[in-house]
Amino acid sequence: MIDILVYGTVNSISLALMALGFALVYGISRVANFAHGALYVVTGFLTWTLFRGAGLNYVASILLAMLMTSLIGAAIYQFFLIRVRGMAISEIIASYAIGLAILEGFRWGGFKGMTYTLPPFVEGSVMLAGTPVDYHRLLVVLIGFAVVAFLWIFTHFTRIGLALRGMAQDERAALMLGIDSDLMAVVAMGFGAMLAGLSAVVLLPLGNIVVEKGYDVLIQAIAVCIVGGLGSWAGAVVAAFIIGFAQILTVVYWGAHYQMVVALLAIILTLVLRPSGLLGRHKELEERV
Amino acid sequence: MSAEPILQVREATKAFGGVLALNRVSFDVGEGEVLGIIGPNGSGKTTVVNCITGFIKMSSGRVLFRGQDITGKAPHKIADMGVTRTFQVMRPYYSLPAFKNLVIPLFSPRARRTGGWRGGGRLGDRDTVGVDILEEIGFERDSFVPYKLTSALPTGYLKRLELARCLALKPEVILCDEVFSGLSMSEIASMLPLIERIQMEGITVVMIEHRLRELFRVANRIVVLNFGEKLMEGSPDEVMSDEKVREAYFGSEVVEEVMTYA
Amino acid sequence: MSDEQRQRRKERLDRGIKVRADSLYAMMSWRELGYLTAPRLLLIGGILVLPFLVPGMYWQRVIAVICIYALLALSFDLLAHFVGLVSLGGALFIGIGGYISAMLNTSMGVPPLAAILIAALLGGIICTLLLLPCLPLRGVYFAIVTLMYPLLLMRVIEAMDLFGGTDGIMGVDSFPNRWVEQYFMIGMVLLFLFGLRRLVNTDLGLVLRAVMDNDQAVKASGMSVTVFKALAVFIAAFMGCLGGASIVHIYMWGGISLFALDFSILPIAATIIGGGGTLVGPVLGCFILVPISELLREFGTLRIVAYSIILMAFVVFRSEGLMNYGRRKYNQFERWVKV
Repeated sequence: MIDILVYGTVNSISLALMALGFALVYGISRVANFAHGALYVVTGFLTWTLFRGAGLNYVASILLAMLMTSLIGAAIYQFFLIRVRGMAISEIIASYAIGLAILEGFRWGGFKGMTYTLPPFVEGSVMLAGTPVDYHRLLVVLIGFAVVAFLWIFTHFTRIGLALRGMAQDERAALMLGIDSDLMAVVAMGFGAMLAGLSAVVLLPLGNIVVEKGYDVLIQAIAVCIVGGLGSWAGAVVAAFIIGFAQILTVVYWGAHYQMVVALLAIILTLVLRPSGLLGRHKELEERV
Repeated sequence: MSAEPILQVREATKAFGGVLALNRVSFDVGEGEVLGIIGPNGSGKTTVVNCITGFIKMSSGRVLFRGQDITGKAPHKIADMGVTRTFQVMRPYYSLPAFKNLVIPLFSPRARRTGGWRGGGRLGDRDTVGVDILEEIGFERDSFVPYKLTSALPTGYLKRLELARCLALKPEVILCDEVFSGLSMSEIASMLPLIERIQMEGITVVMIEHRLRELFRVANRIVVLNFGEKLMEGSPDEVMSDEKVREAYFGSEVVEEVMTYA
Repeated sequence: MSDEQRQRRKERLDRGIKVRADSLYAMMSWRELGYLTAPRLLLIGGILVLPFLVPGMYWQRVIAVICIYALLALSFDLLAHFVGLVSLGGALFIGIGGYISAMLNTSMGVPPLAAILIAALLGGIICTLLLLPCLPLRGVYFAIVTLMYPLLLMRVIEAMDLFGGTDGIMGVDSFPNRWVEQYFMIGMVLLFLFGLRRLVNTDLGLVLRAVMDNDQAVKASGMSVTVFKALAVFIAAFMGCLGGASIVHIYMWGGISLFALDFSILPIAATIIGGGGTLVGPVLGCFILVPISELLREFGTLRIVAYSIILMAFVVFRSEGLMNYGRRKYNQFERWVKV
């Protein structure tokens, strides 16, 4: 019982971390960034290369990798997606194609022959009410809460954060107030990519760096955002806990194969039954003529 | 106005979030009459049409058509029963000739049922039927106007096209959402006889309008809305002389102007 | 934009022959008749003789595979550009059609051609029923749902070990011989290509396009939008399932790789490269992309990289596609005029 609670919480926080970047980009520039999973894997690969390949300090390589991912994300937006801005379907197809190219490129030329792993931040584990939990998983929970808190402060109290939120609410009005919406969208994409990177460096030490993670992360991020309601941050956090616990329960009682089935079913059922998600607000508007 | 109302709106209420767009609005539409619905901007006129035709779900209240409850029915079912509407924002097929636009309503089950021996194109061809309808509504058949690209037509013809789309269904009620807006005086003047002719064919017309002067010439009865509530109901003369209505239309000179004209 | 460009603009004029060929008088001149029919005859003739031109068995099989992708691309083009439903789930159609046909053949002994047709029909119905609740969804949401369906079915089959699980269904009968295989596929592509071209220009096709452009007007005309969307999805799913059913008989094996991403992405890429909304474009796109992908097969997943990049480049930089470009060049001439 306790282990379900502990691992459910850890899994939920992990999902929230994966989804935040996707939710942020969608929330601000209404771009469903289907290259999200690819950016996640890119960060993992960059960190591994810098740390194991180039022999840098672990912390330095993590920070550098995150920075590079963020630049890659911003570049994807600046050079490609900006040209199909506003055409939702083209944005999805273009970003998905970029993501596929990156992921399958790694499968072809990057990850071969050996297992790629990153060490946990802190070794060792602790007993929590009879369940062994390693320190790294506890750190994941702490970092998750810290990131959510940071995002809240960032978007409510800093200049750039307020500008981003203004754009999310009403782009035209933001334009009139002198907010450069293209620049903000690039910044948002950079931030989203950095969040994808952050979730990667925090979560990847728990397993191997493999290409499939890219697809799984994308699906789970979409699941969290859709169930919570696209564009709603609070909804995303709630949804992360619902899906997180549902996954752990099915994994415990039915088997590990069902983890992704839960996420996929959640997406389809939500879209069929309540497309606006738990806390989305679009429904009311769409009904208007 | 005959005894049995064809359309009854009972306590229609619609809330968008916290805003009450309609608050317990009730009125009847008599068979064969022209009813005008007026009100300042944001008074809920278009919302009424959307609620009657099923394009928005009402929060509460009921709509009866010939005594039958049509509340909450899907828009296409309501249209299929004969309650049709025009749209304020018209989006015809700009890339097609005007008469081709009528193929779409003529394809509907109602047009096939009501189209008589021509079956709205079941036996004949929908293009010819379309041109016939356009001729009735004021597109000169022998000119090139019905065959012109829709994008090349002036607004007046587009509004007629919108009406023609309703007429193709052989409706019992037409709800017109601001058919006069954006038209010049002469264009409106040429539309007025059309409305009268539609009425003479036994079709009930509900008109939402900003152009009071023209509306008052064709309407039998007027319902005035303000802030989502029904302010009053009566003949055009009664409405014009009402103090509350003048206040609702801030610039009361509008009403005065209409009065002096009428 | 340079100064020089600003003072000029491109003027496009219809060629004289195009204008003449548009009218009834085209019947009176061989030249104009030729102008009208040459592209069509070239396409049909080209596809029909192709099996004789390619070297060896391997490339003949590639032709059949191209045809399957062409069916998928046609179904994507129909849904996306004539009904307004962007479906990213070609693999759903392939997978369902493939599994049904493989099961009909292996467990009931239905001969391949009959199994393919039954699977196309049954699969079309099943896919339509699966997508029916999603039809009211708008653009992005429908795209996401269709992308997720094949992934879900893949994982469910894997997790519950259904229909042979990860091993798949072995021992599926092949076509009677390779000529039947190729000409059946080519015939189907031509049938659906010209059938769809005819369909979209009928009154029904016009209503379908109205569903895409202005669903409000369709509803106000007393027609259910969902019925027409379902009809279009059925046609598209029928084509997709036909392709999927054929592929299991070509490879004599059916398994979860039928739900693979290739079947979802490559047809979209082909449609965008060939030119969306032209119906011919997607087929041509497949004849370009699939051979490239086959040439790269020995490099593993590099082929996915290749067509992803091509797809992205076309979406972002040349969204009009080859067919629209070619049609413009064929019908019009351009010149720079001073403003």
